[in-house]
Amino acid sequence: MECVFGLVGNGFAIVAADTSAVHSILVHKNNEDKIMLLDSHKLIAASGEPGDRVQFTEYVQKNVSLYQFRNGIPLTTAAAANFTRGELATALRKNPYSVNILMAGYDKEAGASLYYIDYIATLHKVDKGAFGYGSYFSLSTMDRHFRSDMSVEEAIELVDKCIVEIRSRLVIAPPNFVIKIVDKDGARTHAWRQSVQDVTTASV
Amino acid sequence: MSIFEYNGSAVVAMVGKNCFAIASDRRLGVQLQTIATDFQRISKIHDRVFIALSGLATDVQTLYQRLVFRHKLYQLREERDMKPETFASLVSAILYEKRFGPYLCQPVIAGLGEDEKPFICTMDSIGAKELAKDFVVSGTASESLYGACEAMYKPDMEAEELFETISQALLSSVDRDCLSGWGGHVYVVTPTEIKERILKGRMD
Repeated sequence: MECVFGLVGNGFAIVAADTSAVHSILVHKNNEDKIMLLDSHKLIAASGEPGDRVQFTEYVQKNVSLYQFRNGIPLTTAAAANFTRGELATALRKNPYSVNILMAGYDKEAGASLYYIDYIATLHKVDKGAFGYGSYFSLSTMDRHFRSDMSVEEAIELVDKCIVEIRSRLVIAPPNFVIKIVDKDGARTHAWRQSVQDVTTASV
Repeated sequence: MSIFEYNGSAVVAMVGKNCFAIASDRRLGVQLQTIATDFQRISKIHDRVFIALSGLATDVQTLYQRLVFRHKLYQLREERDMKPETFASLVSAILYEKRFGPYLCQPVIAGLGEDEKPFICTMDSIGAKELAKDFVVSGTASESLYGACEAMYKPDMEAEELFETISQALLSSVDRDCLSGWGGHVYVVTPTEIKERILKGRMD
């Protein structure tokens, strides 16, 4: 029931992901951050098997850093997306990773971009994308309300509409979401949308 | 559902008088869900050879990258472009290399050979070549495409008439297939120019 979705606006890209770490019927934690900062201007929102998700995204993150150390310049979003696809494609017929990825980034020349990368290494540059059962609701909501070049406020309104839709229509809907944004000033956490807080044991 | 029907595709190529046309649909789907409506299935190998790959999108992308690599290497060694027949043999060999773990794609190759003679062929996912004098089809809509092409095709059409014929055949066939459609992408290639056109059909 992992929900990940994202869209591109005017000079920025936004991704949102649920924050539940679930094992069968048990919720281990509900503030698990599934959107990793790849470098200063790239985000990778991943959903799928938890072990693969963390291992693979960390692997991509470290390789992106390595490129920057070796070459003195950062990778473009397109290059990072193609590298990720290449790794998934190579592993596909050996021991595949079950991770779906939405990669958002900002480059000076290309502007903001969002890449959809399937677990079987299908790569496509998109304006809006989503994974998981939540995609049935978020993609339709985004199709209805999305326009090209939305402002941040309009995009956040749309993201909130999607979250409301997921919360009301998905049977085991995740309670909490994190929203991250990447624009010319870098990648950062924009907001959390929490309907259930973790209880700390100190309050006994 | 067959793995060949996971992403959905429709591809057709037709022979005209000293010209050829190659067309594909534009949908990228994941089973019943549409992810994108601008997916590129047709790729230019060089000015006189085009390949369109139907089938699983990840293998379409991997195979395309491998073929471009091999053609660039050929260009460096031979200092000329590959003939369409040679390229078709190359694709067939690359596909048969993976005979017991194949790329899940069916390519359609179209090119202008010596004396501006158009060449088209298709092959299955393990490289069995099918040469044809009139048209070749591939993808989830292939059965409809066979019927439409057989009905609409006549030999020795000029470029404009060929464009009309292949467009009508493609659009009417994808309308009967839920997994392909969302417009069309047509290349008409004559000895002097390459004309690329986007078709707008039933967007559903």
